[in-house]
Amino acid sequence: MSDLRQSLRTATIVGSVMVFVALIGALTAFADEPIVSGVLTLTQLILLLGAFAAGYRTESGRRGREGAILSMGLGALSGAAAMAFLGVLAVIVDLVNLRSVLVNATPALVEVLTLDRGLPAGLGVLLAVGVVGGALGAVWNRIPGWFRRELSLGGAAVLLIGILRGKGLDPWAAAGLLAAITLGAYAYSSYGSSILDGYRRFERGNESMTRLVLWTVVAAVLLLLPQVLGVYATSVVDLVGLYALMGLGLNIVVGYAGLLDLGYVAFFTIGAYVTGLLTSPAASTHLGLSFWVAWPVALAAAATAGALLGIPVLRMRGDYLAIVTLGFGEIIRILVMSDALKGILGGAQGIIEIPGPVLGGFTFIKPQHFYYLILLGCLAVVVVSRRVSDSRIGRAWVAIREDEDVAEATGINLVRYKLLAFSLGASFSGIGGAIFASWVHAVFPNSFTLLVSINILSLIIVGGIGSIPGVILGAFVLVGLPEILREFADFRMITFGALLVVMMLARPEGLWPAKQRRRELSADTLEA
Amino acid sequence: MASCLSARKVTKRFGGLIAVDSVSLEIPERVILSVIGPNGAGKTTFFNCISGFYTPEEGDILYHGRSIVGYRPDSIAAMGIARTYQNIRLFPGMTALENVLVGRHVHLNAGMLGTLLRLPGTVSEEEKAHEEARRLLDFVGLAGSGDTLGRNLPYGDQRRLEIARALASEPGLLLLDEPTAGMNPQETDQLMGFIERLRDELGLTVLLIEHDMRVVMGISDLVAVLHYGTKIAEGPPNVVQRDAAVIEAYLGTGGNGNGQP
Repeated sequence: MSDLRQSLRTATIVGSVMVFVALIGALTAFADEPIVSGVLTLTQLILLLGAFAAGYRTESGRRGREGAILSMGLGALSGAAAMAFLGVLAVIVDLVNLRSVLVNATPALVEVLTLDRGLPAGLGVLLAVGVVGGALGAVWNRIPGWFRRELSLGGAAVLLIGILRGKGLDPWAAAGLLAAITLGAYAYSSYGSSILDGYRRFERGNESMTRLVLWTVVAAVLLLLPQVLGVYATSVVDLVGLYALMGLGLNIVVGYAGLLDLGYVAFFTIGAYVTGLLTSPAASTHLGLSFWVAWPVALAAAATAGALLGIPVLRMRGDYLAIVTLGFGEIIRILVMSDALKGILGGAQGIIEIPGPVLGGFTFIKPQHFYYLILLGCLAVVVVSRRVSDSRIGRAWVAIREDEDVAEATGINLVRYKLLAFSLGASFSGIGGAIFASWVHAVFPNSFTLLVSINILSLIIVGGIGSIPGVILGAFVLVGLPEILREFADFRMITFGALLVVMMLARPEGLWPAKQRRRELSADTLEA
Repeated sequence: MASCLSARKVTKRFGGLIAVDSVSLEIPERVILSVIGPNGAGKTTFFNCISGFYTPEEGDILYHGRSIVGYRPDSIAAMGIARTYQNIRLFPGMTALENVLVGRHVHLNAGMLGTLLRLPGTVSEEEKAHEEARRLLDFVGLAGSGDTLGRNLPYGDQRRLEIARALASEPGLLLLDEPTAGMNPQETDQLMGFIERLRDELGLTVLLIEHDMRVVMGISDLVAVLHYGTKIAEGPPNVVQRDAAVIEAYLGTGGNGNGQP
């Protein structure tokens, strides 16, 4: 009896979520987004996954696990009940015109919900999807974990490539890809570790050689990447790099020193505007200097601003710090936009005609050119982050994050180290701003909203706070993917929010968490 | 005898409450001095005044003849006063080795430039610091736990790591706030021997807050008793033990057995 209640309760939750997803227009929008052409659209996949989730949750919530038929039945019931919510929605939308309130309650939604089969007949199909999805979800819970992981990897690959292709995968290609990835993942999980071990043993014998080869390959890939990718993809990579660069800066402030800074965009703004003022012949200053002169000034200006912001917030912690820095970011944006400073900064018109960097007669114009500049910036910032984090300074920051009072009583000067963190973090952002300004050739106040700060903070959290590779991965996931998946731009914020919630629940340490560095000490004790 | 620390009429108030009331205390070099007293007697507040968390309203505290009142905790730590806490306060997310390395902070000079460029001086300083930190972990008996996160160490080891972190700053005066709290008799015996070694081998002056009378009487050279913020007795353990005021503070009045004052 309690199993039945559990199954219906799960169905209620899933059903409500599905109704929400339908009413924000996601289902209608994704209806012409084929995954497998002629077989499965993204909308249908979402419906199936909803029923699947209901079935899965029902089964995992059961106390006893006996009875395969019973569990499939409960799963199917849960899936069908969840879909029934959508069925009711379809009927209501068909009978009553709700569009003055719910703009997405359109006839198109009814069509999508009934899987293009019209009202009475379509409801049956919808319920059938629920039954099948729910039963599959229950079965999924009962199959071994290793197989689940491999199969979901294969499924994810089909989904991603299907979406990226735009017109979906051919059914046979989809089946082949699914099988190949699943088997590949299975092979890797069975034999991968022994291959890796073999490689490690080989590496130990030929350390300098393997390292040389490895770095040569990495360098070659990084250098040749823009030639392979083409203009659009390179510009996406550029944007990812720019965000990674700033993410690494904010990582010093938030990740290492534990100072929650929500106004990080301010330093990006300062870097960009300083570069604009110094290099653009159209700016109020009419200086027209070279980018190579401007960027160190931008860096210094941002670092100084970072330290100046740090002074008033030295005694603040946690939430208070977040709110004050948030305000600081907004103040800078409003100042830049204000009429009072219009004569200097250009107000809402911003600064235009910012030239690209010129290097010995060669002008950086294309995204491919900026790629190398951004790559250089990222490399520099990675080296700085690594060296600093692994030093007396980095340890002092982490100590402050862990326990500020004890850190102080252990001899760490809080004022000096907090200001150092703010200022080093800000300087990375200043470089980012300088490159940004010369890349887009103009700066406008509207490029520097709170959203930039939130984006950077999100990518750190998703990637893994305090972890350098994590921040770079986070930039790819949160900046790169949305750029590639332009069609989903309308749902970007809700996906962001959902992703953050899921991350906090499922993997709070991030995608690529900071590793606990294995010190020489353990090696000593192991070998002794 | 030269004083390591001398407190002169130190008073600390919180609103109307006088937590430490005109306490004077001389701590000679290379002794173990225990501060005892019932709960709420002002012992930890007195510690916090010394380590700079609180600034006393009145009085003065001299360390090697120099006033330390009004200095920030980090400056006082740099002068050579290190401490542990009643409720252990490690850096829980750092490894044991890193905890000790943070303790060494005041003896390291690496700046931004040296760190970024990996200058030879910085590199060798860092190597020496690691060596020293490992030696200290060994000294407190945590040789194999350098890579364990502070929060994952067993309770007794956390206490010892906290002492190792304090020792890493090569202090002249070590403040231990109830180091044996929560330890079993065997661990307590070990720690008593350890504290004596600190005095005898490292020449440290130790100021100890302790509730366990076995520890106090066992290892203290001197004992001071606080009661409601005032010092009511001071002297060698066997003298303080027989002091009428101390017995009264600990056992209460009405000693004639008839329940009458």
